[in-house]
Amino acid sequence: MYTYRLEESGKVVTKTCDATFAIEMTEPLAPAVKGAVIGVALNHKDLVATLADQFEDKPYVTAPKTPVLHIKTDNTHIGHGQTIKVPTDKGAVYAGPALGIVIGKTATRVTEEQALDFVKGYTVVNEVSLAETSFYRPAVKAKCRDTFCPIGPWVVDKSLITNPNNLSIKTYVNDELVHTTGTDRLVHSVEKIISYISSFMTLEEGDLIIAGTPLRDASLEIKGGDIVMIDVEAVGRLANPVEQE
Amino acid sequence: MKHARVKVNDQTLNVTVNDNNQVVTASGEVLDAGSFTWLPPCEGKMFVLAINYADHAAELSFKAPDEPLVFLKNSNTLIGHEQNTYRPDNVDYMHYECELVVVIGKEAKNVSKEDAMSYVGGYTVGNDYAIRDYLENYYRPNLRVKSRDTCTPIGPYIVDADQIQDPHNLVLRTYINGELKQEGNTKDLVFDIPHLISYLSEIMTLTPGDMIFTGTPEGLADVKPGDVVTTEVEGVGVLTNTIISESEYLASLN
Repeated sequence: MYTYRLEESGKVVTKTCDATFAIEMTEPLAPAVKGAVIGVALNHKDLVATLADQFEDKPYVTAPKTPVLHIKTDNTHIGHGQTIKVPTDKGAVYAGPALGIVIGKTATRVTEEQALDFVKGYTVVNEVSLAETSFYRPAVKAKCRDTFCPIGPWVVDKSLITNPNNLSIKTYVNDELVHTTGTDRLVHSVEKIISYISSFMTLEEGDLIIAGTPLRDASLEIKGGDIVMIDVEAVGRLANPVEQE
Repeated sequence: MKHARVKVNDQTLNVTVNDNNQVVTASGEVLDAGSFTWLPPCEGKMFVLAINYADHAAELSFKAPDEPLVFLKNSNTLIGHEQNTYRPDNVDYMHYECELVVVIGKEAKNVSKEDAMSYVGGYTVGNDYAIRDYLENYYRPNLRVKSRDTCTPIGPYIVDADQIQDPHNLVLRTYINGELKQEGNTKDLVFDIPHLISYLSEIMTLTPGDMIFTGTPEGLADVKPGDVVTTEVEGVGVLTNTIISESEYLASLN
């Protein structure tokens, strides 16, 4: 089962279908979910490996003890086909290919063993960001610009995903494969992330967790005129045009 | 006008609060005290300023920042007036932070400081609890410190912007069990309200209901289960909250 959202006569409606070919894709879709969006930073083994030395120095002093969370505010959320707007004067802008975990029911203090019971399904997220020069202070300026979080095209029911911790993730810019990674590179598993967040934050139906993004190297840079597409194995392909502000 | 949201028999009502501090429904009915529960008066993005009072910066041994130091909270953390906040077991230091909260009244993008005040819909009182034991130096202050369930009382109501003559000259006070612990004045904000609205609206679009917690002055203290904590902003409201233990909180979930 697939769930998606689109605008019909000025209102966003939620629809379901059994196969993705049944989804009308001629017009942009709305973000596949409506709720809080929590990202897990520094949750990619290759990224963390490049920063390992830095974490012993000021201002960090010690490596992260717990998953590092951030918030993608609602002004950032857009759907499949909607336009990512990049500023002209803030330096490079990077795609952030990631698996999105969609919560299915209220989750407070759930264990890792129970965690997937609280998941509705999965979606694709492009966690767009300016350069991440520091992880010391909250990344509001880098991560919370309007349109900086495409989500979609749809939510695939969890029953169709055998193992969320072993999905390949490919990024294409203008139809060229530029980056390959996978959820097997996550430092903290999908179950661990849900359990950790719910240990102090109640998650509600429709909330979304961005599982982790890789090191943003030059291959992930996006510019006005590009079309960026993220493909998460068995989940879907999320494509968005990029436009200069 | 003062606007609030309350729950009566599992129904959420938008209400007003009259000059006698009585809650009045849309149809004009006055609700008896005790017959309703206070809810957070607004819904939207939540921005919080760290170290935005010079005296508080000194208290934490920080230099005031060169630009606003903003962090975000998620809505899970909000509770209304006269609700309970739990203190986790085995932590050493949990403190309140009394703050003036600016509530955005209309959509704002790339707003100048000169125009910024016309985007304010109203004001309310926020208490931005923090648990210092959980601080880490990544996206500091991290969500485990600042976006915990029950850890951000807000309210009791929103006071319309035109009711507050000068939001930059309001006394803030916090009492624990009636004893004055914290006192400051919004005239000491490092970055004032126009600066904050202009700064944030350059980054992103602000929408009605978005909240800017403008920071807290010096005077922090540890709170323990059983403490009644009252945060007050002159002319805006008095927000009361009780600290409970983690086991009491867990019992309340079932």
